[in-house]
Amino acid sequence: MTTSERHSIESSFVLQTLDIEKHFGGVSAVDRLSISIPRGLITAIIGPNGSGKSTLINLLSGTLPLDGGMVVVGPKRLRAIRPYDSPNIGLTRTFQDVRLFEQISVLDNLYVVMTERSSLLSLFQRARKEHRERAERILHVVGLWEKRNDLAEELSYGQRKLLEVGRLMAMNTQIYLFDEPFAGLALHMIEVVKGVIRELQEYDRTIIFVSHNMGIVRELSDYLIVMDSGRLLARGQPDRVLNDPAVIEAYLGN
Amino acid sequence: MQIRQLEISQNFSRLPQTLLFSLRNHLEIWATVIVILAAATFMLSRGTGFSITLVTVFAIWAMLAVSLNLVLGYTGLLSVGHVGFYGIGAYTAAVLTANPRQELLEGEIIQIFAWPFFAALPVAVLLCGVVALIVGVAFSRFRDDVYVLVSFGFAIIAYNVFVNWQWVTRGPFGIHQIPKPVIFGYTINDDLEFLLLTLAFLAIIVGISWLIVTSSFGRVLKAVREDEDAIEVFGYRSSRYKLAIWVISAMMAGLAGAMLATYTSFVDPNSFILLESILLVAIVILGGLASIWGSLLGALAFVLLEEGVRFVPFLPPEHVGQVRQIILGTLLVLLMLFRPQGVAGRFKL
Repeated sequence: MTTSERHSIESSFVLQTLDIEKHFGGVSAVDRLSISIPRGLITAIIGPNGSGKSTLINLLSGTLPLDGGMVVVGPKRLRAIRPYDSPNIGLTRTFQDVRLFEQISVLDNLYVVMTERSSLLSLFQRARKEHRERAERILHVVGLWEKRNDLAEELSYGQRKLLEVGRLMAMNTQIYLFDEPFAGLALHMIEVVKGVIRELQEYDRTIIFVSHNMGIVRELSDYLIVMDSGRLLARGQPDRVLNDPAVIEAYLGN
Repeated sequence: MQIRQLEISQNFSRLPQTLLFSLRNHLEIWATVIVILAAATFMLSRGTGFSITLVTVFAIWAMLAVSLNLVLGYTGLLSVGHVGFYGIGAYTAAVLTANPRQELLEGEIIQIFAWPFFAALPVAVLLCGVVALIVGVAFSRFRDDVYVLVSFGFAIIAYNVFVNWQWVTRGPFGIHQIPKPVIFGYTINDDLEFLLLTLAFLAIIVGISWLIVTSSFGRVLKAVREDEDAIEVFGYRSSRYKLAIWVISAMMAGLAGAMLATYTSFVDPNSFILLESILLVAIVILGGLASIWGSLLGALAFVLLEEGVRFVPFLPPEHVGQVRQIILGTLLVLLMLFRPQGVAGRFKL
C-alpha cells in the first residue's frame, strides 16, 4: 500500500477505535473492539441486548472512561476522553434514557447548548437573535414550537425524545451519536427523526445510530456494524451483513 | 328576580372555594400583598425608629438569602455553610476596624488595625472569595447529599475558628466597638443613613444576581442543577460553574457579614452558629427556589416573624425564640407538602 493510498483510507474514516475495552466487574462490556466509522455516512450499530452498543456510545462520548485502547478522531489519538471535551473532538450524542434539563423551558434546553462554553465569558452573554432564529427553526422541525415555553418535564415521552434530537441539532459538530433514537416513538415522530438524520447527512455530517428496528436500519444506514458480547461480529454494507449467517445466528440463535 | 337572588346566594356560597382556588393559583401575588401589608401595618404602628431597624435587619438577611439562592435555587447545591462566609466577612471587618484598646484583658495582646470601614470591606469580601475558592475546589466535586455534609463540615469548622482563634477573634468575648462607616470624612451614625447604605448594597447584590441568572452563565447553572453529567457532554465543565457561583455567593455573604459587624458594632461567635444557616435555607426555600423576588419576600416574612412574635400578647418572653422556630418549621413542612417550589419559586427540590 502506498502512502497516498493509506492516506485516502485514513481520511475516509472520521473515527476509529483501536482495541478499546470496558469492564464492569469481571464482565467485558466492550472487549478489544476495533471499528472504523466512514466519513459523511450513516452508520447503524446493531446487536443483541447486552452486546455493548450503548457502552460503546458512552465510551466515545466520554460518559464512561476507557479501560484500554485508543480512539482516533482526525489527527487526534485519544487514550482518555473527558465528557466536556467531546464537542471539541467534534462529537455529540443523545441518551438512551432521555436526559433533558427537566425544570427549564424547552427553549432554554436548546439555548443552553448553543451559548458560550467558558464560564467567565458566559457571564456577559445573553441569548441573541441568531440563537433565537436557530432555536425557532429547530423547534419547527421537531414540532415543538408551540411548547417552547413549557418546562421539559411537562412534555410527553415522544416529545421529550424529539427535544433531545433537537438539542443535538443545536450542536454544531462533525459526528452525531444517536442511542436508540426511534425506540418508543409514534410513526410520524419516527419520520421526523429520520428527516433530521438525513438532513444532517446532507450537511456532510457523520451519523452513528444504535437501533433494534431492522426496517429503519435497512432503510437509513449506509454502513452497518454488528456487535455481540462486546466484540465486532460483522461490518459492511447493510444488505450483505444482514444476510451473513453468523449475524443471523447471533440474532436468532441456533 | 328570584333567579338572580339564587345566583347571588350561590356565588356567595362558593366564595370560600373561589378564594381557596385563587390562593393556590396566585400564591405569589397573595403572599406578596400579605407580607408587604403586614410589614407596613407593623411599621406604622411601631414608629420610625423601629421601622428603620426592621428594614435594616431585613436588608442584611435579604443579602444572605439572595446570595444563597444562587447556589441553592439556581445551581441546586444545598449548602448549609453559608453562615461560615457571613462570619468570615463580619470578623474580617470587625478585626480590621475595631479599636478595643481600653477593654483588653491584662496581658492580652491583640493586633489592632483600626482601619476605616470602607478599607476593611473589600478585604472582607475578597477574603471570603479566597476561602470559598480554596474549599470550593474540593466541594465542587460533590453533589446532592454529600454536598450538604461537606458544607455542614465547613460551617462547623468556621464556628470553631471563631471561638478558638482567640488572639484574632477574641473567642467568646467577641469584638466590641466596631466603628460606623465613614464616607469622605463623614461618619454614618444616623440610622436612616445607615439603612440607605445597606439598601444600596442590597440593590447591588440583587442587580448582580439578576445579571447572573439571566445570562448564559445562569442558564448553564440551571442545567447543572438538572443534570450535571448531561451538561458536561455538551462541553461545559460543571465543576467550574459550581465553583464560580460558590465563590460569587460567598463574597456576597461576606459583604452582608461586614454590614452586620458595623451595624451592631459587636460580633461574637453566637451570631454564626449552624442554626442561622438552617434558618437561611428555610427562608430561601419558603420564599421560592430560583427566584430572587422570592428570597426578598422570604427574608421580609422572616424578619416580620422574628420581630412580630415578640409582640404577641400573653406570650412569656422566654418562649419567643421557640415559638418563632416552631412557626417557621411548621411553615416549611406545610410548604413542602403543598407547594414544594416555595411561594414564588419555579424549581422543586
